[in-house]
Amino acid sequence: MALLEYENLSIALPGTARPVLDGIDLTVSAGEIVALVGESGSGKSVTARSALGLFPTGADLDGQVRVDGTEVVGADPAALRSIRTGTASMIFQDPRAGINPVRRIGDFLTESLRVSNGWDKGRANARAAELLAAVGLPAPERHLRQYPYELSGGMLQRVMIAGALTAGPRLLLCDEPTTALDVSTQAEIMAILGRLQRERDLGMLLITHDIELAAAACDRIYVMYAGRIVETAPTAQLFETPRHPYTAGLLGSSPPLQAPDGPPVRLTPIPGSPMGLLDSAPGCSFAARCRLARPGVCDRTAPRLERHGEALVACHLAEESLTSVDNTATREGS
Amino acid sequence: MTVENSARTLLRVSGLRKTYRTGKTEVVAVDGLSFSLQAGGALGIVGESGSGKTTTARMLIGLERPDAGQILVQGEPLAPTVRGRAARLARAKAVQIVFQDPYLSLDARITIGATIDGTLRLHGLADPATRAARMRELLAQVGLGEREAAALPRELSGGQRQRAAIARALAVEPAVLVLDEAVSALDVSVQAQVLNLLSDIRRDTGIGLVFVSHDLAVVRYVCDEALVLYRGRTMEHRPVAELLSDPGHPYTQLLLASVPRPDWDPDSISRRRRELDPPAAEGAG
Amino acid sequence: MSAPMAGLTRGPAARLRSLGGSRLENLCLGLLVLFVLVAVFAPWLSPQDPTYGELGTGLVGPSADHWLGTDQGGHDTFSALVEGSRTSLVGPLLVVLVSTVAGIAIGLFSAWRGGWADTVIGRLLDVVFAFPALLVAILAVAVFGKGMTAPVIAMSVAYMPYTARLVRGLAMQEQARPYIAAYRVQGHSALYVAVRRLLPNIGPTVLAQSTVNFGYALLDLAALSFLGLGVQAPTPDWGAMINQSQAAVLRGQPLSAVVPAVAVVVVVVAFNIVGENVGDRLAGRKT
Repeated sequence: MALLEYENLSIALPGTARPVLDGIDLTVSAGEIVALVGESGSGKSVTARSALGLFPTGADLDGQVRVDGTEVVGADPAALRSIRTGTASMIFQDPRAGINPVRRIGDFLTESLRVSNGWDKGRANARAAELLAAVGLPAPERHLRQYPYELSGGMLQRVMIAGALTAGPRLLLCDEPTTALDVSTQAEIMAILGRLQRERDLGMLLITHDIELAAAACDRIYVMYAGRIVETAPTAQLFETPRHPYTAGLLGSSPPLQAPDGPPVRLTPIPGSPMGLLDSAPGCSFAARCRLARPGVCDRTAPRLERHGEALVACHLAEESLTSVDNTATREGS
Repeated sequence: MTVENSARTLLRVSGLRKTYRTGKTEVVAVDGLSFSLQAGGALGIVGESGSGKTTTARMLIGLERPDAGQILVQGEPLAPTVRGRAARLARAKAVQIVFQDPYLSLDARITIGATIDGTLRLHGLADPATRAARMRELLAQVGLGEREAAALPRELSGGQRQRAAIARALAVEPAVLVLDEAVSALDVSVQAQVLNLLSDIRRDTGIGLVFVSHDLAVVRYVCDEALVLYRGRTMEHRPVAELLSDPGHPYTQLLLASVPRPDWDPDSISRRRRELDPPAAEGAG
Repeated sequence: MSAPMAGLTRGPAARLRSLGGSRLENLCLGLLVLFVLVAVFAPWLSPQDPTYGELGTGLVGPSADHWLGTDQGGHDTFSALVEGSRTSLVGPLLVVLVSTVAGIAIGLFSAWRGGWADTVIGRLLDVVFAFPALLVAILAVAVFGKGMTAPVIAMSVAYMPYTARLVRGLAMQEQARPYIAAYRVQGHSALYVAVRRLLPNIGPTVLAQSTVNFGYALLDLAALSFLGLGVQAPTPDWGAMINQSQAAVLRGQPLSAVVPAVAVVVVVVAFNIVGENVGDRLAGRKT
């Protein structure tokens, strides 16, 4: 059974033109790292938070989210608490925003153990030190006595990861865990997350705007646009043969690091900007920015996710776009 | 240095140094920074947080005063302090900047058109019709039109705002344009649009670009030379293509390896990072 | 056309409606407008001369002749209320105008110069803060004599630090934003950027503080008049009216004291509510 399972989840907010989430289907199994990639406003963070029952206030909900078999939509507070303190944990973008600056690292890490599990101080401290060692911090005992301001952003994010592990979760939701960090620190955090995931056989959902990072770290990738999942495929396949024009566009937008000699290849950006909540489209939400959009087809009905080989693609032109996409994305093979 | 040579050199920075004092400890933000930029050239200043790249940008635009060293723009030294209108305008014509955050770098209260109009008026375009024409020209150059001119910043997307900020900087007609992480807050698809725009501007105007960024791939795309900063010191300064294909300094190698890609190995990167930068030295962020 | 564009084509009426908030706030705003109108047209509105005391008709209850009765000296309470609104509102208005202008100048200067100038100004403001406005006003009266002038000046000084500190804080915060740096880099003078560009961006919040200050200043000036140190008879004033009705209250006829007291409370509360809401909304509008 899948550890995390979204079934046709839709979230609508009053006063907006389109749903925040529109029919999300997504699964994460134990031992699997799955990426959810999208730009600002795509709904990727809302999706992740939904797994913990953190829905936007005043939202209309439809569909299901199950964490380890427990339904989250409409769940009572006790069930939600059991998910949040047991099965699933979340790591956020800004480690400094998630920690009380006037309390010691040790207090932050042991609080839930002492309050929820009723452990005594010595036992909780020993466990916290163990967790800090597990996330690769050099001097666990010393860090327990330190305050957040004494640690760098990268070290603090490791503390947050240790905090997420206290309850021994089986599912880790990582919402842009490295976006606020330097590139070399990002590698370090991803290395730790990857190691923990392997050691503990965790299911992991990585939310990111960076498709390259998703490709480097994950087994499978979901691509989201304007509240819908537009494509999902195993990483290698998504990279080599992106079927949705948006996926191809994202790949064509990232400047390649290694390029052939001579002047750099010109980027092929996606025209326009991501769709806000106050805009809506009757058909495919990407049609307005799509180079291949066909009038009378793409602007009529919203495409559903359909299977094409190993991939699921929501595009009316999925079959035929393959070849033409290869022409627009002037990307060197990885 | 021949006269001919100095005319082609837009920017010459030599021995730049800046330190900050917090309590008793002195932190060296930038030390011994030297480089030069030819007309139409683009230099990338690459570094992570604490590398001194933002301090460098702020010194170039006169928001910070260097402790030592000299900045020459078109052969003229950039005065440490400016007094009087003429000096202010001359300094503005030397170097302009585009900041990282498209949400905070425009005046929220006035329209994009009014912002650019104010800049043009300050820089001596007295006739309203001339100003309007020049404004249209500038906005067209960055891919914006009448609709955006009449809009307040909050009515525009991040990419449009960043285009407006570029137009505002170009309105001064500076010799050098500093871009301080100017695309890193943008969505990937929008970032590509702005990067293409920057290379167009560079090709069309002959302006010199100083591109401050943490992102090697982006620097690779915009610049011909790159300078790698680490803790305020220059690690490497070479043509970008060469730097990327054959990085000399271990730090450059680490930066390059850190960029996510399919054969990425975060474990070996963190090991190399620890070797380069022992945890004991890792201070507060 | 997309929704964010709607802001461009909105008419002034729609803009006003969007500014209007809860029912309570609209009520308060209405009351304030009413009081201002009354103050402006007072001589035409008051049925009788409030300074004319009719002997033998002291402390009568409400009637057709005297809508709100009369006080001990036979002055018509309604007329005194109407005419008194002028001095009662003009005093605090002056205090707020002077303290706001001075506070903005000092706060902006302090934030912009920074360094030792900022430190010295901060300490001086702390010293002024330490004195309650009413106490300063009483001292001023003791030195310069009774009347409106001395207390208004004294209270302007006493209220200035509130605005100055607010402006300093907001200006420091705003100054750190890159758009201010961009203005400087473009070659605008420091004075231009501070006054013409930065100030309008923090203006709404400062305006809200001034509105709240108005209520407090009205209360303090009324208290001063109540103590007999402010506006002097025969000029009608709400505080003075309460003062003159003390004896009547003791005799079980509180109406002539209650009427001006209610007026003071209503205006102060209305100013507080309007001020805070306007501040919240204008501040929120920016984002």
